[in-house]
Amino acid sequence: MNNDKKISLSKADRFKMFMRSYFLLSSFNYERMQNGGVAYTLIPAIKKLYSKKEDRAAALKRHLEFFNTHPFMANPIFGVTMALEEERANSADVDDAAISGVKIGMMGPLAGAGDPLFWFTLRPILLSLGASLAVSGNILGPLLFFILWNIMAAAVKWYTQEFGYRAGVSITDDLSGGLLQKVTRGASMMGMFVIGALIQRWVSITFTPVVSQVKQQKGTYIEWDKLPEGAKGLKEAFSQYAAGRSIDATKVTTLQDNLNQLVPGLAALGLTFLCMYLLKKKVSPIIIILGIFVLAILFHVIGLL
Amino acid sequence: MSTLQIILVVIVAFIVGCSSVNDQIETYQPIVACSLIGLVTGHLELGVMLGGSLQLITMGWANVGAAMAPDAALAGVASAIILIEGNQGSQGIGPAIALAVPLAVAGLGLTMLVRTATVFIAHIMDSRAEEADMNGIQIWHFIGMALQGLRVAIPALLLMLIPVNVVRQGLEAMPEWLTAGMTIGGGMVVAVGYAMVINMMSSREVWPFFFLGFALAAIEQLTLISLGIIGVCLAVLFLALEGKGGNSNGSSTGGGGSDDPLGEILEEL
Repeated sequence: MNNDKKISLSKADRFKMFMRSYFLLSSFNYERMQNGGVAYTLIPAIKKLYSKKEDRAAALKRHLEFFNTHPFMANPIFGVTMALEEERANSADVDDAAISGVKIGMMGPLAGAGDPLFWFTLRPILLSLGASLAVSGNILGPLLFFILWNIMAAAVKWYTQEFGYRAGVSITDDLSGGLLQKVTRGASMMGMFVIGALIQRWVSITFTPVVSQVKQQKGTYIEWDKLPEGAKGLKEAFSQYAAGRSIDATKVTTLQDNLNQLVPGLAALGLTFLCMYLLKKKVSPIIIILGIFVLAILFHVIGLL
Repeated sequence: MSTLQIILVVIVAFIVGCSSVNDQIETYQPIVACSLIGLVTGHLELGVMLGGSLQLITMGWANVGAAMAPDAALAGVASAIILIEGNQGSQGIGPAIALAVPLAVAGLGLTMLVRTATVFIAHIMDSRAEEADMNGIQIWHFIGMALQGLRVAIPALLLMLIPVNVVRQGLEAMPEWLTAGMTIGGGMVVAVGYAMVINMMSSREVWPFFFLGFALAAIEQLTLISLGIIGVCLAVLFLALEGKGGNSNGSSTGGGGSDDPLGEILEEL
């Protein structure tokens, strides 16, 4: 080992590994999950820190062990690993078990924070934002999602990696402390709030059966036969409509109108709870999705939906 | 579609497949993938519309740990191809989405196949590591990714090789009650994704937030951004206030599904 001169990883090296970390999952496999990506990401460090063949082989092997975490939260782990490898290359009193231990110790809690924060909160929010524009064919929808998401992702990945590199092993103290737990809990609260809102907005069930047809009083609806001809008539109709008159003489109330007066979105909520129940009973989501399609077609044919 | 367009679609499909395994840049989300297919085939607006609609269904799908979600990548690419070849304009979006669901299942099967095949790659990498052969590891790493790209690109190509007339006649043969029912079903299956997410996140302390979000979203003037702001503020306020006041026993309630009253009730049913 190089005892006289201290080797360290430059910012350029760390940036190279940050770029490589975008390919963390490329060779994902069921046996050791993200292991190939870890080795691939850390190759610049291994190349720079170790010159002997057997040292390089040993480093590659220890980073081909089982690894699985949230892809963004892998970056702080890489940061710490870089710091540890650097220390090991310079002084050799960091052993393999310590490096593996830190990686394995961090990946669980960080995945626990990353999944609710990124997959269940930030991504659904940005996707909903984009989708609500895109459904009407607005190109801003996909662009907005793609740009905002990737700015956020790059910032999170780079700064947490740098933080991990600077903090080194002491980052594990922060992790076991309250901060990470607090972030996770906050993300779950925020996530649940947003999901509640999204169920209200995007799960659509409309019951079409007519509950009642009431003949309305004169003066509460637009009397079409008494309107003047042409554009004048249209103008009159619009102004009557704006004043609150209804279009038809009979007021049709559907089952959905009644439900909406009770709690808007109640059926959507019920459907979601039913899905949760079925998922807990280990019914495959695919079966549930196909079942919903079949029921929807059936209910449409009998006139319920 | 012209030959050039077919080549471009295959390239997009390959990139989307790679992105779906890497799951970071998110090119594979239907909102992006369908728009890209629309762009290279000259039906940008239609692609964007399909992407937005399909996205609402696949929004809650996420790969958590080793658990795998249905494959949004193949679903997005293939249903975009069907929509554009079907030539029914925005009328075709409902059926295209309904067709996307079985495609997502087929895609899940394919991605599981590739993830099993890459186990062999992991073992090849082990032997490359013995030799300290870093280039070998890099090459095999990207072979793994290429397999994931092909898993979307090959089905896309096969789909485009089916004569357009067959696709069109098949779609036109669908009766009105079927396509209308499928569109209605498309509005309902969104719930499955959210149910998956809730089962993952729910705990005693987060349920009030869920119902607050549900109730507030009925106010149509609130945009998603303002709802997001309210959500952040509520969470921050809750965390800031909890240690203070009478019950200052700090943060002891852990996250996760362990302490979930509603979940328990559903479980017992």
